[in-house]
Amino acid sequence: MLQLTAISKNFGGLHVLQDVSFNVAQGSIFGLIGPNGAGKTTIINLITGLLRPSNGDIRFNGQDLTSVQPHQITKLGIARTFQNIRIFKEMSLLENVVVGMHDHLNYGVAGILLNLGSFKAAEARARERAMELLSWVRLDHKAQMLADNLSYGEQRKLEFARALATEPKLLLLDEPVAGMNPAEKTELMAEIVNIKQRGFTIFMIEHDMRFVMELCEKIAVLNFGKIIAEGSPAEIRSNPDVIEAYLGKEDEAWA
Amino acid sequence: MLEWWDGFWAIYSTVIFSIGINAMLALSIYLTLSCGLLSLANAAFMGIGAYAASMISMQTALPFPVALLAAAVLPALVALVIGIPTLRLSGVYLAMATLGFGEVVRVVVLNLDITGGPMGLNGIPLKTEWWHIVLLLGATLYALARLRRSKIGRAFEAIKQDETAARLMGVNVSAYKLLAFVLGAVIAGVAGGLNAHYTFTIGPGNYAFENAVDILTMAVFGGTSNLIGPVIGSTVLTLLPELMRYLKDFRLAANGLILILVVLYLPKGIWDPVRIRAFWQRRALKKNMASKIGKAG
Repeated sequence: MLQLTAISKNFGGLHVLQDVSFNVAQGSIFGLIGPNGAGKTTIINLITGLLRPSNGDIRFNGQDLTSVQPHQITKLGIARTFQNIRIFKEMSLLENVVVGMHDHLNYGVAGILLNLGSFKAAEARARERAMELLSWVRLDHKAQMLADNLSYGEQRKLEFARALATEPKLLLLDEPVAGMNPAEKTELMAEIVNIKQRGFTIFMIEHDMRFVMELCEKIAVLNFGKIIAEGSPAEIRSNPDVIEAYLGKEDEAWA
Repeated sequence: MLEWWDGFWAIYSTVIFSIGINAMLALSIYLTLSCGLLSLANAAFMGIGAYAASMISMQTALPFPVALLAAAVLPALVALVIGIPTLRLSGVYLAMATLGFGEVVRVVVLNLDITGGPMGLNGIPLKTEWWHIVLLLGATLYALARLRRSKIGRAFEAIKQDETAARLMGVNVSAYKLLAFVLGAVIAGVAGGLNAHYTFTIGPGNYAFENAVDILTMAVFGGTSNLIGPVIGSTVLTLLPELMRYLKDFRLAANGLILILVVLYLPKGIWDPVRIRAFWQRRALKKNMASKIGKAG
């Protein structure tokens, strides 16, 4: 479904990504792990069009994304959440989610100005759907609250619901459990399995090993801008390069 | 009674007209602010509208609505042309670029022959009736209120709060910014057209830096979180100098002092629904407590 081929990204003389390639299969949960600064968020920024690759090719269902505007990439069916949460703080939860439906509200200026039936119906449908999405992440009872008043974990879940409102086929999660306590993590894990079972494909970046190992069917490991391993959780766990990247190399003098 | 009214109207009709015009101007800058754009081009758009409409009324026999239409269309076209390159800027950089544009408009108007140069245009027919202003201000308020409740209003708000997040929600950020900018120019242009047709004379100095700042001040003073704020702000700031006439030469100083106090203590403007609601809730709570204590005693 999502195909990255030989992607490189340089910022000036800094090679952030070199020759990165991987495929995300439809209906799967794909995890990308790696130490801090390995270039993981840069990959999500490339996929969503916020940055452009210096080299290489990104395809989504066969279509090249490297020259498509970010808002059009959203329209094609890719949505994301952010590592440093970016909800609309001064809007209610409901409004946050309805913003995500922007592309799916098809009424004209006449409908807006004259408050026509088509406008009212579309807005009512959007609100209904937003409530449904909020209930998926169990925030529907707070729908009218300002998003700023939510706890950290709840804000992440709201971002989740808002991303789903764009009706994506592929959901990109940038460190979904960063800063969450164990109970919240377990809850979110259930949430993600739930979402996957509704037919969404998920690509996630994560530091939390337990979380990634339990959820993902396939994992790629990024270190210093290069993919050093790719495979099932069991394969990744026993891969010597991965162990080295995470734990360091055993000193030969000690061996 | 009727005599009293006639006298009052003769003296104060200009002030009352100005309240309506200033309300439209404050709403025009509210629109760009609601999209997170600090644009100070509205005085220039007002000027373009005023000159376009006046020249039509003075040099042709076309009816007033046509002149007002030109006052809407010409600023919109200019906004479209300058908006595409400048709206990539944000914050103070956009403010500087739009101020620069205002200065360009002023100097062009000052040096062209058809605009009357530094003398401006004199003898513009008095065509603006009170109900023209009421009608167009009402239409502006209605249209903006409708927009706020639609996906367009939500897109503006989303862009203001987080541009990147809005973009990734599928909002075409540059197109919506341009829309806010052009609509703001239309409102300011129409206000300019209406204004020129009751002041008899206009000149290049009427639409310069001070006016741009005045327009911004009215909106910020009133509050820009909703439509009522700019209307209240423009009304108060139009009436204030009239009410303080007894202060004579200190009038402008007092005006400035009031502005400073409002900005310091009411940063979201005098019409801030959240603050007003909180105030009444606190009061109700206090009353409640007092009555409970009273009963207990």
